[in-house]
Amino acid sequence: MSKASILPLRLAEVSFAAGGRTIIDRVSLEIETGPSTIILGANGAGKSVLMRLMHGLLGPSSGRIEWNAPERPGAPRKQAMVFQRPVMLRRSAQANVAYALKIAGIPEPQCRVLVCESLESVGLSHLARRSARVLSGGEQQRLALARAWALHPEVLFLDEPTASLDPSATREIESVIKAFDAAGTKVVMATHNLGQARRLGDEILFLDRGRLLERAPVGEFFSKPKSAQAAAFIKGELPWT
Amino acid sequence: MSEAVSAALALLVGLDAKLIEIVLLSLRVSLSAVAIAALLGLPLGAAIAVGRLPGRKTLIVLLNALMGLPPVVVGLLVYLLLSRAGPLGALGILFTPSAMIVAQTILILPIMAALSRQAIEDAWREYEEQLRSLGAGRMNAALTLLWDTRFSLLTTILAGFGRAAAEVGAVMIVGGNIDGVTRVMTTTIALETSKGDLPLALGLGIILLAIVIAVNAAAYLTKELAQRRYG
Amino acid sequence: MDMIRRLLLSIALIAALPAIAQEKFIVVASTTSTEQSGLFGYLLPVFQKETGIQVRVVALGTGQALDLARRGDADVVFVHARSAEEKFLAEGHGVRRFDVMYNDFVLIGPKADPAKISGGKDILEGLRKIKAAAAPFVSRGDRSGTHIAELDLWKLAGIDIAKEKGPWYRDTGQGMGPALNTAAAMNAYILADRGTWISFKNRGELAVAVEGDKRLFNQYGVMLVNPAKHPNVKKDLGQAFVNWVISPEGQKTIAEYKIGGEQLFFPNAK
Repeated sequence: MSKASILPLRLAEVSFAAGGRTIIDRVSLEIETGPSTIILGANGAGKSVLMRLMHGLLGPSSGRIEWNAPERPGAPRKQAMVFQRPVMLRRSAQANVAYALKIAGIPEPQCRVLVCESLESVGLSHLARRSARVLSGGEQQRLALARAWALHPEVLFLDEPTASLDPSATREIESVIKAFDAAGTKVVMATHNLGQARRLGDEILFLDRGRLLERAPVGEFFSKPKSAQAAAFIKGELPWT
Repeated sequence: MSEAVSAALALLVGLDAKLIEIVLLSLRVSLSAVAIAALLGLPLGAAIAVGRLPGRKTLIVLLNALMGLPPVVVGLLVYLLLSRAGPLGALGILFTPSAMIVAQTILILPIMAALSRQAIEDAWREYEEQLRSLGAGRMNAALTLLWDTRFSLLTTILAGFGRAAAEVGAVMIVGGNIDGVTRVMTTTIALETSKGDLPLALGLGIILLAIVIAVNAAAYLTKELAQRRYG
Repeated sequence: MDMIRRLLLSIALIAALPAIAQEKFIVVASTTSTEQSGLFGYLLPVFQKETGIQVRVVALGTGQALDLARRGDADVVFVHARSAEEKFLAEGHGVRRFDVMYNDFVLIGPKADPAKISGGKDILEGLRKIKAAAAPFVSRGDRSGTHIAELDLWKLAGIDIAKEKGPWYRDTGQGMGPALNTAAAMNAYILADRGTWISFKNRGELAVAVEGDKRLFNQYGVMLVNPAKHPNVKKDLGQAFVNWVISPEGQKTIAEYKIGGEQLFFPNAK
């Protein structure tokens, strides 16, 4: 297993087009270890597509995406992603977490320990044997986090993880994310929720219509946005007025 | 009609030994065919659903079309294969239950593959991103989906059983409807009808229907219970 | 790969479930009418008890039965169409032909009897009257012994049925039972073997119209399929069956078979 960190991740002039439309327009950026990164933008700005490009689920139409140390196929993944809607297998909560570990080839006894730890870290130990698909939305999303966390990835991508959840579930998810961040995992999260960005983010990447317009530490971004679009977004104004 | 019902009841109540032998053979042949066709067909369907083969669309259309294979055509083809004059004659399984199992397996294999492909393709749409994110390769994904869609696949398996248990063309030709050896419910019904013993034929038909309904009911209940438990 | 190995093993296990029958058996190609008469149900258990050989009868039309044997899929043929059997022999597919027994055909017809032949003893006259009246007539049309006999009778009556048939002549391509069903449904005349007629339950308005004519005589023959041409034939077991069927004991058992007190088959092995 290679010991080199997979970060930094470099995107160079990355574009992505589909159905005749340009969704990501020549984005260049670097994701480094350390502060949690929030990708902020309105709906349709291209946040989800950018996340998938970085995670490797989509390939760019042009430009380059490079990790510091490329992942070897078959080796346990060092980056994980949590989607807006959790997709659970038709098995128990603990089996879902174990699934991620089995794919990585983790042997059975170690699996059990890691599964326990993961479920504990998100507060779902009491639901370990429950069938995952009958859990509530918030519980399933926490389970998704546990599953993503089980392999202790270096980078955790989160694509609007609380967009479908109610306020109390949202709070629970945010506290788990904060804990992972504190434990040293690099958090890269997409959201359109300003409050959430302020609560969880250390730095903001502002995306508007597929273009990366601004990058700044969170305090600076909210107090002194450099672009008109960012300013309008922060004030909650409609982008087409 | 009432003659038929009383004929059926008389057979059942009498627990006629011949009848039991025929029913057991029918179940043995059709269930074996279902088991083999499922073992081959479900993974095939999963592979097509998840894989990226050239000519995939053609294969899918072909499989869907083969679902409607006429049983008598399958019977004829298998007979030509297994006849002593044919390529596999040396196996010597013509006019034995094994030949009937082969014919029915071929008959329902397209059903298993085509319907499982549909179910798994639908599931793949939901699961693809998540499974790829977790690092699952295509083979792993296919197996995972096969297990995850197991309750839908139960319906597929049922469809295969229904088709096998109901057909007469294939087993008649490759089995020869030999008394005590290859006579099953459908061929017995055909025989009794041709002998003019319609009440008996209808009675047997009612029994066959009852079996198929029972199997379907059991599977439906299983699905319901599982749905409630696993979601 | 481990998956695939497990898959193949399961399939082999399932397919191998029917253990190879330890008993000795032969496949006899015969006709549907013979089987449906119930003769085999009576005759074969006696043979099996004596020799331990199970006889598996595949019942088809005579033409199909002989074709089955031509492909080597039967050990013995037991049919009733002399000319077809001789041809089979001449082609080298059979070893030797033995007369076994005879039964007879009967001309069945609707009780209303549109051709006015009921009670007659002359089959050729009966057929001529049917054609003259253009009364509905069902033919088996399936190259069976019965069908061949029917065609021979038309010829003997001086009628070229292939040329002279009209819409009254219904060529169904069916076995004896289904053809009788059709005749009952259509109220038509039909040539049937007595055995099938006696056990036929769906008679509708049908009854015997003409019987007893010597020309309605139906001879059965038995042949061992030639092992020189088809090496897989179980020649010892098959020969044992042929020998038994023409032996005094086999012949006696054939004569003993009755339906409703009536003997169906008359042994005449020489």
